[in-house]
Amino acid sequence: MTDATPVLRLEGIVKTFPGVRALDGVDLELRPGEVHALMGENGAGKSTLMKVLGGILQPNEGRILIDEAPVVMTSPLEAKGKGVVFIHQELSLADELSVAENIFLGELPRKRFGRVDWTRLYATTDAILKTLNVRFDARTRVGDLSIANQQMVEIARALTVSPRAVIFDEPTASLTDAEKVVLFDVIEDLKAKGVGIIYISHRMEEIFRITDRISVLRDGQYRGTLRTAETTEDEVTQLMIGRSLDLSRSPVRHALGKVALEVRGLSCGHLYRDVSFSVREGEVLGFYGLVGAGRTEIAETLFGLRTPSAGSIRVNGDEVRIGSPVDAIRHGIGLVPEDRKGQGLVLGMNCRDNMTLPQVDDLSTGPFVSDGAEVAIFDQYRDRLDIRTPGWRQIVGNLSGGNQQKIVIGKWLSMRPQVLIVDEPTRGIDVGSKSEIHNLIRDLAAQGYAVIVISSEMPEVLHVSDRIAAMYSGRIMRTFAAEEVTEDSLIQAISGLEPEKVA
Amino acid sequence: MAQTTTFTAAAPPDDAPVRKPRSQLVVQGAIWGFVVLELIFFSVAGRFLSNSDTAFLDLDNMLLLLKQSAPIGIIALGMTIVMINGNIDLSVGATFALSAIVLLDSMTWPFMQALGDWAIPLAWIFALATGTALGFVNGLVVWKTGVDAFIVTLGSMLGYRGLVFMYNGEQPTSHLNWTLVDFAEAQFLGLHTATWFLLGTALVLWLVMTRTVHGRNAYAIGNNREAAVNAGIRVGPHFLLNFMLIGFLAALSAVVFYSESGSVNPNDGMLYELWAITAVVLGGTKLAGGYGSIISTLGGVVAIQLLRKGLGYIGADTETVNLVIGLILIAVLFLDRQLNRKGSEELKT
Repeated sequence: MTDATPVLRLEGIVKTFPGVRALDGVDLELRPGEVHALMGENGAGKSTLMKVLGGILQPNEGRILIDEAPVVMTSPLEAKGKGVVFIHQELSLADELSVAENIFLGELPRKRFGRVDWTRLYATTDAILKTLNVRFDARTRVGDLSIANQQMVEIARALTVSPRAVIFDEPTASLTDAEKVVLFDVIEDLKAKGVGIIYISHRMEEIFRITDRISVLRDGQYRGTLRTAETTEDEVTQLMIGRSLDLSRSPVRHALGKVALEVRGLSCGHLYRDVSFSVREGEVLGFYGLVGAGRTEIAETLFGLRTPSAGSIRVNGDEVRIGSPVDAIRHGIGLVPEDRKGQGLVLGMNCRDNMTLPQVDDLSTGPFVSDGAEVAIFDQYRDRLDIRTPGWRQIVGNLSGGNQQKIVIGKWLSMRPQVLIVDEPTRGIDVGSKSEIHNLIRDLAAQGYAVIVISSEMPEVLHVSDRIAAMYSGRIMRTFAAEEVTEDSLIQAISGLEPEKVA
Repeated sequence: MAQTTTFTAAAPPDDAPVRKPRSQLVVQGAIWGFVVLELIFFSVAGRFLSNSDTAFLDLDNMLLLLKQSAPIGIIALGMTIVMINGNIDLSVGATFALSAIVLLDSMTWPFMQALGDWAIPLAWIFALATGTALGFVNGLVVWKTGVDAFIVTLGSMLGYRGLVFMYNGEQPTSHLNWTLVDFAEAQFLGLHTATWFLLGTALVLWLVMTRTVHGRNAYAIGNNREAAVNAGIRVGPHFLLNFMLIGFLAALSAVVFYSESGSVNPNDGMLYELWAITAVVLGGTKLAGGYGSIISTLGGVVAIQLLRKGLGYIGADTETVNLVIGLILIAVLFLDRQLNRKGSEELKT
């Protein structure tokens, strides 16, 4: 493997946009049968590099070589024709069409007079699906498949040509642990066939589990390639952010106040059942579990987006009925949602307006908004949360993920909430900003806020929580104190292996 | 100041005004630039092609133009808010006609006639209440059923027009009140009554959209409805209010126009919804919602009226005028799209 000719080589790729040198002489070498991780913080140039490789952008300088022959890519279709295929983070499938139609979209096999050759279409598709070991067939409607299976359809689409290089862009972002295993098997298979794989991800554990080498970009520059077996997370992180990162478990204990939120026997249809927990002021309660275990649904109920079928919610000891976000906000509950761009922010609006959106009414004089008061609030929380933006007029859509998340957090903090719920606080946020958000959550607890953190990342939950509720299939299986929890016991609890309930 | 330059070299210092996103800047300025272009074109072309003795830029001609843009203009201003919400109202033409009938017919009712000229404000109130009520029905259905506003108002467009015909069959509804005509034809500081209503409406709505909580919420809802809900904005009541507003404005438009003309045909106001939407879109408001401005819509209204009048002035007939306006609408939006492309970064789709 080591001495084989590379399937794909990028040499001195330079790409400039007005005022920005997005890629500054990047080299990358992909060998056959290798899984090659491409890492870097958001904005480091990974996406731009992949766009250049996929023919969406043209480089200003540098060469792309496939099997040591220089090529010019001018469109994604051409890249695919040359054996370079992409599995994108965001799936682009037509929900209403069948698996087979999606896979061969644009190149359906035809009979005379342009009629589709369905027999051949389904046969070919089933043959490809068989190599992937999936449990659906060519005729299944794509909209009926789970996200993981839809991703398999994307992969199957890539396999219709014999690929030389497959690029996976954050493929596990919305997969459960079990689904990941299936994906990794597929990657192993591709690898065995001598295909080169570029694997883009922020998740260290995956990188170390499946990749052979790691290349790192920082600020559009190539920072080097490491052998996975010979390096450590620390070394990679240092290369990525230019300093080392402390992700040890360090919840500093501080005095807890009164119970801010108490939930008893809360149920919502089949989504979750008989859930009870409480959070005190100054405490971070973590919710950990697989996707679909009911964590987000609990948060949505507390925020008035779902109606519970049974149970009670008490805020500061008083039983409350939360029928809508308006009620939730009135009772001092804030939600930083899972999907920041879809649910948390008005991307086309500026930073200040986003931050003051829930309280713009309280800040107004008569019907008129109060610019001064709003700017004051924005300035205060920009400084407090260290939001990096040129000014409040900046459109939120132009900020980095970390800064966007801080805007959403600032939005609720400025309303002095009783309880702050943060769902997947660092999804899609780069490593550097991740630890900032973690520290921020700890700070909030230290300042006496009651915080609920929902996360799919175990290191994150372990790092920020004082207590951890482990959920499995709509139930809280067990609630751990930070001192007693171990990774093993946590995994057992969220896999439903520990039936007895300790609340 | 040293602090502000530490994070990124490209970022301007904190207190510097941040450049508006290009799309807004281009779009907002562009429509008024286009208006100026039209003025120049028609006054030059008019010299060679027009049979008229007066210049195109003649003051009376321009004042008349503003007056004539009022009926559709007032509706278009309301449509801007509804479209910034991400909704649309196709029933405004029918609302316009029905309000006009109520305005004129109510003045013939016996008890109203007994009131003398006091019947006028009362008739206005009846007409405006009619428009507001029709808008209320639209808004309530959109809120409570969750059906798309396009579909709801498509239905009410047909339904309200049906009411118009039920009122008086194919017959026109007429009533002339000379006090009212005098009022409508009056000029104050040179501007006609209708123009004052147009400018007044524009001023009020501009304040609403740029200075009030309601305006802020309108943009937020249109831009990302889910995030707006999550920020505790009551989207349903907000929609209801805006549909009532545009119903009110359709009626106001009818009040302004029919106070002078005194006679409504059951087909009056047809296609007004489309002319209003054309003006709004020319002004740069996005069909998908979240962006747009009242001032730009005003520009769109004036631009269309200039085209109609200008083409007439140089001797084109009505059919040609519509063809040209259609072509220009598409050309302008195409141009806007080209100008706002984010360079070569945009995906080829």
